[in-house]
Amino acid sequence: MKYFKEIIIEKCIKLLAMSTISILILIIFFIFRQGVPFLVKYGLPNFILGQKWLPQENIFGILPMIIGSLWVTIGALIIGVPIGVACAIYLVEFSGKHTKLFFKPAIELLAGIPSVVYGFIGIMVLAPFIRSTFGGSGLSILTASIVLGIMILPTIVSISIDALSAVPLSYKEGSIAMGATSWQTIVMVLLPAARSGILAGVILGMGRAIGETMAVIMVTGNSLKIPSSTLDSTRTMTSNIALEMGYALGDHRAALFATAVILFIFILLLNIITMTVIKSKKTR
Amino acid sequence: MNPKLTQKIAKSLLCGAVLLTSVVLFFIIFYILYHGLSNVNWNFLTGNVEDLGKKGGIYPTIVSTIYLTALSVFIAAPLGIGTALYLTCYTEENLFTKIVRFGTDCLAAIPSIIFGLFGFMLFVIYLRLSWSILSGALTLASMMLPTIIRTTEEAIRAVPSSYMDVNYALGGTKLQGIVKIILPKALPGILTGVILSMGRAVSETAALIFTAGMSLRVPVSMFASGRSMAVHFYSLAREGISLTNAFATASVLMITVLIINIVSYLIMHLFLRKYI
Repeated sequence: MKYFKEIIIEKCIKLLAMSTISILILIIFFIFRQGVPFLVKYGLPNFILGQKWLPQENIFGILPMIIGSLWVTIGALIIGVPIGVACAIYLVEFSGKHTKLFFKPAIELLAGIPSVVYGFIGIMVLAPFIRSTFGGSGLSILTASIVLGIMILPTIVSISIDALSAVPLSYKEGSIAMGATSWQTIVMVLLPAARSGILAGVILGMGRAIGETMAVIMVTGNSLKIPSSTLDSTRTMTSNIALEMGYALGDHRAALFATAVILFIFILLLNIITMTVIKSKKTR
Repeated sequence: MNPKLTQKIAKSLLCGAVLLTSVVLFFIIFYILYHGLSNVNWNFLTGNVEDLGKKGGIYPTIVSTIYLTALSVFIAAPLGIGTALYLTCYTEENLFTKIVRFGTDCLAAIPSIIFGLFGFMLFVIYLRLSWSILSGALTLASMMLPTIIRTTEEAIRAVPSSYMDVNYALGGTKLQGIVKIILPKALPGILTGVILSMGRAVSETAALIFTAGMSLRVPVSMFASGRSMAVHFYSLAREGISLTNAFATASVLMITVLIINIVSYLIMHLFLRKYI
């Protein structure tokens, strides 16, 4: 009888373990069921290469938003990656125990701040500053890049710390014994050895930046033109979905779901790349 | 250049990055609290929203936030802890665990707006739950799962395997070992994960707009629509309804997030001290 109970519980737990994969399948099913028929009807090239988004006239081209998403994401990486990796190196190699004790929760807190608050700080502080320093409206790719750069810091810092700490101590000892300074050791030994881990962090941060919605809506100005400079306003794929979903019907709604399909495929690809990067590290 | 000099310059630049990050964090916290805290008072916390948020308090949004967070944790915690238990105690590494891990990683990477669309299609429309606390909580629960699974798995793996050996040696079954030894020992770690995922529920916006709706009334049941604090703050800030109330709401939001982080940190800290 006792044994019977164990088996029942084990089966139940196995059932629970299927939850994540079932949710993933449900997400794919419900998003694709709405989006894919539209993609087939409208034509994938027309959709992703179309330069005009005019839902009232049934013209759905998301190229401006794809470019917007890419600009903003690349901007975020340019700002977030150097600062994030620098923080990680300092914490692993140079800082004392007290700095670490203070900084780790600080990074976690940075990750916990709601994205709407980041967006709000972006409008209240950053946008006026950029307007008065560089001109333009202030609601621009540059503003969004800075905001997103800060938002992806926690991801990059914590994964880079893990990657750097995982480098065997003997590598470092060898380098120091050869007479290298600790900076030379970092550049020539630690960073190359932790390369794939840091890369995984960067890709994850990239996924976060491209998927961020609320902060981006608040600071990019949401114009539908293809941006020509970093001070131009732009609209990303995510913000387009969030802005128009509330009132979209019929083909318009299907087009928004199709945008989500494109976004989803992009994120899935990024995730698979991350996994291969991590795996190649393990096998090596 | 002299290597020693290079090292000094590099070190100060790295230190600069750490300082910059800390300054940004403190600036955000102090900026919000400085402008908002003076308007947070008892009437603000317990008053009804008036005139779309121009006047009055944020009581209904606080209630909605609590309902949403509690309900989503209630749904996600058993699923997440169960999954982690399965991955750690009930199986070897095989194809199924690989699939489960792949699912968890993907779920963690999906943007919240896609969760919003998914929740809208499945819970709001297909299951006819309409815009409600329940739809919102189910969507949030799907988003929280990866955090809970990962932290629980880590916490369980941190329990020395000799404990389980002792359990078997004394004639205990696997289930008894899990319930009486592993879960109690891993509890602080599991709690940290659950509390951190509560933080995610409190600060989520994009996934809730299309699932929990925008109603400004106090939700009477889990089938009623409700606007969470973060969503309310978004509408105050973006539509420029009231800057004073936006700052005040942001302050309440930030304090909640701060408390959640401090509590989880304290639990983790006590837990670590016990084991190391």
